Amino acid sequence: MATHLADVADAPDDRGRTVARTTDDAPPASFVVELAHFSGPLDLLLTLLREEQIDIYDIPIARIAEQFLVRVRTLRLDEAAEYLEMAARLLRIKAQMLLPRREGAEAWDDPRAELVRRLLEYQQVREVVDVLELRAEGRRNRFARSPLPAPDRAPATGPVSAAMADLLAAVDRLLRASRGPDVHAVVPRALDVAGALIAARALLARRAHIRWRDLVRTSAEPWEILSVLLAVLELARLGECVLRQPIPFGAVEIVGLDAGPDPLIDDAADTIAPAMSPLASTTSYDTAGAAA
Amino acid sequence: MTPLAQLLEAALFASGMPIGLEALLALDPGATTEQVTDAIVELRTRYDEGDHGIEVVEAAGGWQILTRPEYTAAIERAQIASRPHRLSAAALETLALIAYRQPITRADIEEIRGVSAGSILKSLLERGLVDVVGKAEALGRPLLYGTTSTFLEHFALRHLGELPRADELAVALRPAAAAVPLATL
Repeated sequence: MATHLADVADAPDDRGRTVARTTDDAPPASFVVELAHFSGPLDLLLTLLREEQIDIYDIPIARIAEQFLVRVRTLRLDEAAEYLEMAARLLRIKAQMLLPRREGAEAWDDPRAELVRRLLEYQQVREVVDVLELRAEGRRNRFARSPLPAPDRAPATGPVSAAMADLLAAVDRLLRASRGPDVHAVVPRALDVAGALIAARALLARRAHIRWRDLVRTSAEPWEILSVLLAVLELARLGECVLRQPIPFGAVEIVGLDAGPDPLIDDAADTIAPAMSPLASTTSYDTAGAAA
Repeated sequence: MTPLAQLLEAALFASGMPIGLEALLALDPGATTEQVTDAIVELRTRYDEGDHGIEVVEAAGGWQILTRPEYTAAIERAQIASRPHRLSAAALETLALIAYRQPITRADIEEIRGVSAGSILKSLLERGLVDVVGKAEALGRPLLYGTTSTFLEHFALRHLGELPRADELAVALRPAAAAVPLATL
């Protein structure tokens, strides 16, 4: 938009005419972008009127229309819709001018009226453009201090003042808010059935009558509980002990088989084969299940 | 020079853009409007009468320090600063219409100029010479354009009143019908 103006800078008031001259002298090149030299069809039309020194209120429309078309063709403006539209408008006005007028009719609507109005409007715009151009030129020849290049990063707001306690408190807040570290607990042995078996046998060797909680410490981890469970079931399977649960959901008793008769057991046969017992589902552990 | 004039000189030097009276008053809480304008005049006279390469210029409702035009060629030759490109005739016409008839819609500009104005408006917006100031009540609520302070600075205008008076111009540049500013939407 702005760059092409350098070549018309010598004659700012004479826009368009320099172009017209060069085009008349030299044969038109295969591709010439001349659009920029006229800012629109009204500009071209006004230039034509000025060149021909035609009164804007009495435009010889036939002549101007013809010249407009010639100029549009030589300047290769005929690809721009606006110029073609103006050409069509001029031809229409020309045709309207040829229509016979009613005899003695005072109220004749001049078909050129609309065009004249637009040309006048446009002429005023051009007058202001001249003023603006002059003003801009005056300002162009003066330099202001160029703006400083923007800093690469936002400057710090100043030295930070904070006590060590504040800093630590901030760190503490941050750490509290953060999610706990995702530590993977490494279990060296999934289960220690063999160890639990030894412990249970050792206890049974000393006491014929033991309870579940004698084998499992209170803060036992799941793997320890499972190990003890499997070990006890294994002992029962091997026939080294009998498991009993006198009341539903009560404590499980583990009775060594080489131990003497327990006062609480009335019928030893019932407890020796727990899988066969009618109470098996509630009081005894199924060794098959433990094996699975 | 008075201390106030020296302060204003420093402020004008620090800013590349014109500084308005309000901002200049903020420099010294004790200074009155009259004192500030006097100090500006003092500074300007100092530059004009002494042998200075710069001058104080009033533009866009403020003041700014600019180099004198006689040194422009040398500065440009040495590639220290370069003059901005001239605006095209199409751009100037569009600006003239906006300056006089703001707020104005794109359709009104195109109607008077007889050509489409989309790309020119876009580049004028990019250069900050015009801005969208509202939406018209017309069908489709088209955008309304107005000039900016950058426009005033570009054309070395103190205010729009420095352009030829609107009533001296034809109907094209008379102010348009009332429009709704953006803020009320």
